[in-house]
Amino acid sequence: MNDFMKFDEMFGMGDTHREPYRDYHRWLESQDTAWLRRKSDEAETVFRRIGITFSVYGEEEASERLIPFDVVPRIISSREWSRLVRGIRQRVQAMNAFLYDVYHHQEIIRAGRIPIELIADNEAFLPQMMGVSPPGNVYTHVVGVDIVRVGEDEFYVLEDNARTPSGVSYMLENREIMLQMFPELFARINVQAVGNYPKNLRRLLGNCAPRSCKGTPAIAVLTPGIYNAAYFEHAFLAGQMGAELVEGHDLRVVDGRVAMRTTQGYAPIDVIYRRVDDEYLDPLNFNPQSLLGVPGMFDVYRAGGITIANAPGTGIADDKALYSYMPDIIQFYTGEKALLENVPTWRCCEPDALRYVLDHLSELVVKEVHGSGGYGMLVGPTASNEELIAFRNKLEATPEKYIAQPTLSLSTTPILTKNGLDPRHVDLRVFVLVSSDEIHMTPGGLTRVALNKGSLVVNSSQGGGTKDTWVLEE
Amino acid sequence: MLGKTADGLFWMFRYLERNENTARLLDAGFRIALTRAAAAENEWTSVLTTVGAKPAFMEKYEQMKTTHVIDFLLRDPSNPSSVMSMIQAARDNARRLRTALTRELWSATNECWLTLRELLARPVRERELPFVLSTIQQQNALLNGTLHGTMMRNEIFNFARLGTFLERADNTARILDVKYYLLLPSVSLVGSSVDNVQWETILRSVSAQRSYHRLHKGDVRPREIANFLMLDLRMPRSLAFCYSKITDNLSHISKDYGIRQPCFEQAEAVFARLTDRSIDEIFESGLHEFIQDFIRDNNVLGRQIERDYRFYG
Repeated sequence: MNDFMKFDEMFGMGDTHREPYRDYHRWLESQDTAWLRRKSDEAETVFRRIGITFSVYGEEEASERLIPFDVVPRIISSREWSRLVRGIRQRVQAMNAFLYDVYHHQEIIRAGRIPIELIADNEAFLPQMMGVSPPGNVYTHVVGVDIVRVGEDEFYVLEDNARTPSGVSYMLENREIMLQMFPELFARINVQAVGNYPKNLRRLLGNCAPRSCKGTPAIAVLTPGIYNAAYFEHAFLAGQMGAELVEGHDLRVVDGRVAMRTTQGYAPIDVIYRRVDDEYLDPLNFNPQSLLGVPGMFDVYRAGGITIANAPGTGIADDKALYSYMPDIIQFYTGEKALLENVPTWRCCEPDALRYVLDHLSELVVKEVHGSGGYGMLVGPTASNEELIAFRNKLEATPEKYIAQPTLSLSTTPILTKNGLDPRHVDLRVFVLVSSDEIHMTPGGLTRVALNKGSLVVNSSQGGGTKDTWVLEE
Repeated sequence: MLGKTADGLFWMFRYLERNENTARLLDAGFRIALTRAAAAENEWTSVLTTVGAKPAFMEKYEQMKTTHVIDFLLRDPSNPSSVMSMIQAARDNARRLRTALTRELWSATNECWLTLRELLARPVRERELPFVLSTIQQQNALLNGTLHGTMMRNEIFNFARLGTFLERADNTARILDVKYYLLLPSVSLVGSSVDNVQWETILRSVSAQRSYHRLHKGDVRPREIANFLMLDLRMPRSLAFCYSKITDNLSHISKDYGIRQPCFEQAEAVFARLTDRSIDEIFESGLHEFIQDFIRDNNVLGRQIERDYRFYG
């Protein structure tokens, strides 16, 4: 798509600012760029001191890096936000109904709405979960929904993250730093607060505690450890929730409960907010090679002795092959048409779709069905000839591993560069909390920005940065 | 609190304390090296012995050169007790137990690490040494100040303090162990062989010159020095002071948990030996033996704390 069609969050299709940016734009115009640059450097110093870092796989040196932060916020009006909220709520409800169905009666398959191979041949499907009903029938306690925008009224869901979505700590720290750097802005503009996220997370996790739990539920965050890319976030959330941050070796099954080793002996846990993958939960039930898990934890789970959030096996709902069926899934479980659109998707396992994809490779984005983090992805319009050939070969050899989508011209937002403001493409991850009687979305989210001019890849592992995201008060 | 967290806190503060001690010893040793070149080699040998790094050093270097000692003790990654290794280990621990620390304390630790990493990126030249050593001490002071100013007085604080004082007691005892012969009464009788500089060095290596002189009006005597470093409850690096703090913190934990663990009795027994006798009695029954027993008991106590509070699996 050509640049002419690009939608900018601040300026729309023209060069006057859009309504949500009115007050910010007026403020911005009276600021000196050199001063903004100084503020930006100051923010980086603070981030470095606080140690808000992520680890990059495959980089020996400097394995702790900062995610670049841009000081120009992304602003969303309350009307736009309520529209997203309705769409995402519907989607997340359907997702949980789908997971319950897949692990119980599988009516959606019997109704012929999705092919059985999609479940049966899927690595993310956990047969051990068949017939298991998690407390409150909640499967995805925490979901990250990635939204992209291509026009004034055109929003798409790009991806669902229903396993262990990360990034929420950056949402919170970005706001924190903006409050420090530009306090006068928040006095002038009414921005909805995001700071209650940890409190809400704690409440919703507590609501999902096993029925046997009496009193205040004991909550722990399970992390793979300090070398994990998202360790900072695990520690951050545990700290903010007042929960213990545990690793597999701190845990053991004692008297039919999962318990953590404390200075006063083993203490039982009611809810585990796990930030490890399914296969590392329990070496007895899943991956016998894993050193990270807790032997027997899954047996306690089946017996109702602990809540695991998100439930094991939720990966089946955010799988990229399944993604293309989401409109049907929403229709099937809610009886409504999807309020938020999917990006049109070709499933390369279907011969007609594959033919189309191969014929239009240079226009499309091709993704691995099981990939994440922007790895193993082809962006047709910017790919070299060699890359196109390599992907053509991969597609022909194992088409079932790929899906393809049109290259969307993601909306842009100005960032502060050395030469002043310049637009860059962005997306938005919205964080959703789910319990049996409540679906909660923090008004804001994580705006990821592709810092390289023209790039459409926003992942932090691939040169992406972040911005504070403002949802205005009504 | 998780056993792992108690372990992380205890060792984090041992590492930080060790760095402070290493900086002091380097400062005292460097003063000798500058002022009496002939005595430098001896002094560096005792510094290395005090920090338990002599064998590792000798394996790497043939000569006891000042630049080598400085580099080995400050920067050498192959020396697990070098200042850089220690701050790295302390910061790793802090990352592990980040949820137990206040935001301010974590930031102070991280900043200490960032500062030292920058400062020790290249070999330290002799003329930069005083600045480097004072920066290490300043950073540590900031960290300790933040601990006191922002942390709740609970088990977290108690385990951190236990690490500090066990390490500090060990360090002061090791200085005494290496230099005990200078403090024996027989030496002062001979008079001429030992002069003030040696004693000043001992005081300097525990940052106690000014306090000592204020107390004794400039009269430097080995008996008084030994008393000051071992039994004086006002002196923050003395063995007795460290043990009054260790028993305090263990008593808080015991009250908090409603159970007295064996380590508490052990600590009280050591503390009693530092309060129920005079320095003359200690000299009479053998200074060196007393110090060596103390070092051993201090180590045993550390291991008992680890067991009683389930630091490991």
